[in-house]
Amino acid sequence: MSFDELMRRLLFLPEAATEFARSVDRLHFFVILVTMAGSAIVAFAALVFLLRYGRKGRPLSTPRVRASVWFEGLVIGGLLSLFLLWWVIGFRQYIAYATPPAGDALEVYVTAKQWMWKFASPSGRASIGVLVVPEGRVVRLIMTSRDVIHSFYVPAFRLKRDVLPGRFTVTWFDARDAGVYDVHCAEFCGTEHSRMSASVVVLPPDLYERWLDGEEPEPVARAGARLRLGGGQVGDVEQVDMAEHGQRLAAAHGCFACHTIDGQPHIGPTWQGLFGKRVALESGDVVRADEAYLTRSMMDPQSDIVAGFQPVMPTYLGTLENTEAAAIVQFIKSLHPGQRSPEVRLPEARVVAQDGGLPAAHRDGAGRDAGSGDRAGAR
Amino acid sequence: MTHPAGPSYLEERSVRSWLFTRDHKRIGVLFLIATALMMALGGIFALLLRLELLTPRPMFMSADSYNRLFTLHGVTMVWLFLIPSIPTAFGNFLLPIMIGARELAFPRWNLASFYLYCLGALVTLFSMFLGGTDTGWTFYVPYSSKTPTAIVPVLVGVFILGWSTIITGINFITTVHTLRTRGMTWMRMPLFVWAIYGTSVIQVLATPVLGMTLALVAVDHWLDWGLFDPGRGGDPVIFQHLFWFYSHPAVYIMILPAMGVVSELVTTFSHKNPLSYLAIAVSTFGIAFVGFLTWGHHMFTAGMSTFDAGAFGVLSMLVAIFSAIKVSTWVGTMYRGSISFKAPLAYVFAFLFLFVFGGMTGVAVATMSLDVHWHDTYFVVAHFHFIMVGGSLTAYLGALHYWFPKITGRMYPERWALAAALLVFGGFVLTFVPQFLLGNLGMPRRYHSYPESMQALHTISTGGSWALFGGLSITLSYLLWAARRGRLAGDNPWYSASYEWYVPSPPPKHNWPATPCFELDPYDYTTYAPDPRGKSDVGGAPDAPGGAPPAGDAQGAAHG
Repeated sequence: MSFDELMRRLLFLPEAATEFARSVDRLHFFVILVTMAGSAIVAFAALVFLLRYGRKGRPLSTPRVRASVWFEGLVIGGLLSLFLLWWVIGFRQYIAYATPPAGDALEVYVTAKQWMWKFASPSGRASIGVLVVPEGRVVRLIMTSRDVIHSFYVPAFRLKRDVLPGRFTVTWFDARDAGVYDVHCAEFCGTEHSRMSASVVVLPPDLYERWLDGEEPEPVARAGARLRLGGGQVGDVEQVDMAEHGQRLAAAHGCFACHTIDGQPHIGPTWQGLFGKRVALESGDVVRADEAYLTRSMMDPQSDIVAGFQPVMPTYLGTLENTEAAAIVQFIKSLHPGQRSPEVRLPEARVVAQDGGLPAAHRDGAGRDAGSGDRAGAR
Repeated sequence: MTHPAGPSYLEERSVRSWLFTRDHKRIGVLFLIATALMMALGGIFALLLRLELLTPRPMFMSADSYNRLFTLHGVTMVWLFLIPSIPTAFGNFLLPIMIGARELAFPRWNLASFYLYCLGALVTLFSMFLGGTDTGWTFYVPYSSKTPTAIVPVLVGVFILGWSTIITGINFITTVHTLRTRGMTWMRMPLFVWAIYGTSVIQVLATPVLGMTLALVAVDHWLDWGLFDPGRGGDPVIFQHLFWFYSHPAVYIMILPAMGVVSELVTTFSHKNPLSYLAIAVSTFGIAFVGFLTWGHHMFTAGMSTFDAGAFGVLSMLVAIFSAIKVSTWVGTMYRGSISFKAPLAYVFAFLFLFVFGGMTGVAVATMSLDVHWHDTYFVVAHFHFIMVGGSLTAYLGALHYWFPKITGRMYPERWALAAALLVFGGFVLTFVPQFLLGNLGMPRRYHSYPESMQALHTISTGGSWALFGGLSITLSYLLWAARRGRLAGDNPWYSASYEWYVPSPPPKHNWPATPCFELDPYDYTTYAPDPRGKSDVGGAPDAPGGAPPAGDAQGAAHG
């Protein structure tokens, strides 16, 4: 076993899956060994002095001892040069981390929201909870959040980058070996923070091609299953996607021409906070806006006219499948009162240049795609 | 307990005499009791958190309860215990005596500070009855602007606590500048006074920034102004800059007083002058100053320019140097000393080991590329608990034992204290060393559930937390017993040369019968021959022969 491998196991580090991770580990071993030695030396020196100068009875008078200049100089100079050496090595590695290598990279748009990760690539498929990449290729992640701050963390890559609403941050990795690596959210984001996980599945080129063609190679299927077992909110593509799917359907069927999702009444009532509310009708009745009421309103809009609105909505009976109506209901359910819809309010994409930036050609793409990242990858 | 120097400050017994006191010693004791209660509360929260983490799956708490509890633990420990504890309890009690004053500069403000502390604590803890809040003690936006939990009382409570901190800080600064007695030159001030003075400067400069920042978050949450909402032109990262501009110096608010305590303990129990008085005093201000310029190292993964990150990285290295100067000076102080191994010194030993390890892992997380992996993981949790518990709490316990006879006039039981110190140290190591390894393994902080592969380390950590709790419970028990039943300590049980031991233990109401004049420095052990009776009996009485603890030449020290 090599020294690096021994240290890695002693320190409980996961196997390093990128070259960046390996170089960070070497600095880690250097720093942590010096740390252990430092505290041991201090404790040992204190114990030696105790044994040598300890006294059971009453203490005696002692000579006045002053630190000599060379002692102070040695402590300050020695430690300062050690710390500066670490800083120099660490800074160089940090620059590598902050600057994605130029050239041909696979670009993946990452959207984080409470509590799931969505991945979409212009040249590949979109997925939830499972980021599939080919081995040996530089992968550049362009990340944004729909709600609060999250942090994309892959321990095996020694990689972490905060994912912020209203900003696009960029990070990158290049995994040498095929494998499945855990992704955690590292920035506290609410109730299910500890279950906001995902996987990076690194596939050999041939398997990756098959995945692009719509197959579900074994490692990908396993990663999805594992996430479901682990209780993650991810991997359950159908279920989680329901509201997203509903939103797309609503857009396709022109629902937003009359219904807003930001709380403002328009030609029809707003959808925000609608679900579960008690709604006053023209007829004087009050009904609760549950699944049944919402579905009925789509299929037979004239039956329950909401007080203060005109009966202008056409029926969608025969236009919408049952499952589609359910998806739209699911979407309406997801629009909690007081929630601001990020789709509507997010400012223009602002790429932070210090992150290594994006080629100009992608800038527009980032702005357009990040909001509905899962569509970006459709081939 | 009648003493030639007059009745002690404990003599008057009515409740009223305590609640309306303007005596800095009594206010110090009130703070000591209040902050110790808060530590017990925060400790119980921690114990419950560790118990929940015994298994990877939820055990007896929902994710929401867990999130609220770790927030409460952090807020209680930071603002209700660590920041106020040493300055308000021991600083209050000792600072005027140590500089030969009879009171603080503003005795009424001092009492007001105590009641503001109580009010702030009550408002903060009141949020518990509204369900508590779940943002963590860092209150990061935009989550904190949106959280459905009761965050506003916590923010208001911490805001009020900030006032208490600022008032106490101004009081200490003014006292040090204006009330030093004759002979008390700046370079003769006990090192504990330097530490409290440096801490007060940080408190006065940094706390207003926290107050403003938290007020903005409260307004944002309450009125939905969207101050930090990118959808409305706000920026969540600016909050992090503002928050850490306070909270990084706040780390030094928590550790500098502990360093002051260690300087006193190591000299008294080594019976020797510090290896370099100047190095310790000056490095205090090195830390206080550079500590204001390192906040960005909390944000290496959050999004700042690479250049900024590099600048914050190198400045963080500098701040570690000042701590290293202190550590080497403390260890060097023992060289050619006459060392008595008592419980307070046992805590100093624990402090040295844990603080060096915690401090150097701090350098490690400030090493920028390493931080990318460790940021927001248990490695960072372990690192700051090494500083806050292994450093500050250990020094607090050392201070508690060292000054216990000064405050109560009685001794604690030495054997029990050594046993408890051993248990505290062992429990601490068991609790937090596995957390470093968990961080390496990739365990993010603030996780209610975790992968099964991490359970072994979590189990050890939880076991350690019980040992730590056991040690602290034993300590509390025997100290409560000793405060009433312990044997009388005498005026100077440690044969210390420092000024607070010139006055009787417990001190008389007005500390000094007449304005004292110090002629010796507080660490002069060159001519010191201990009193064969084990105590010096006259202490502060002016012109009393053999009065001051360092007999012989030091007699004149307390001359009025």
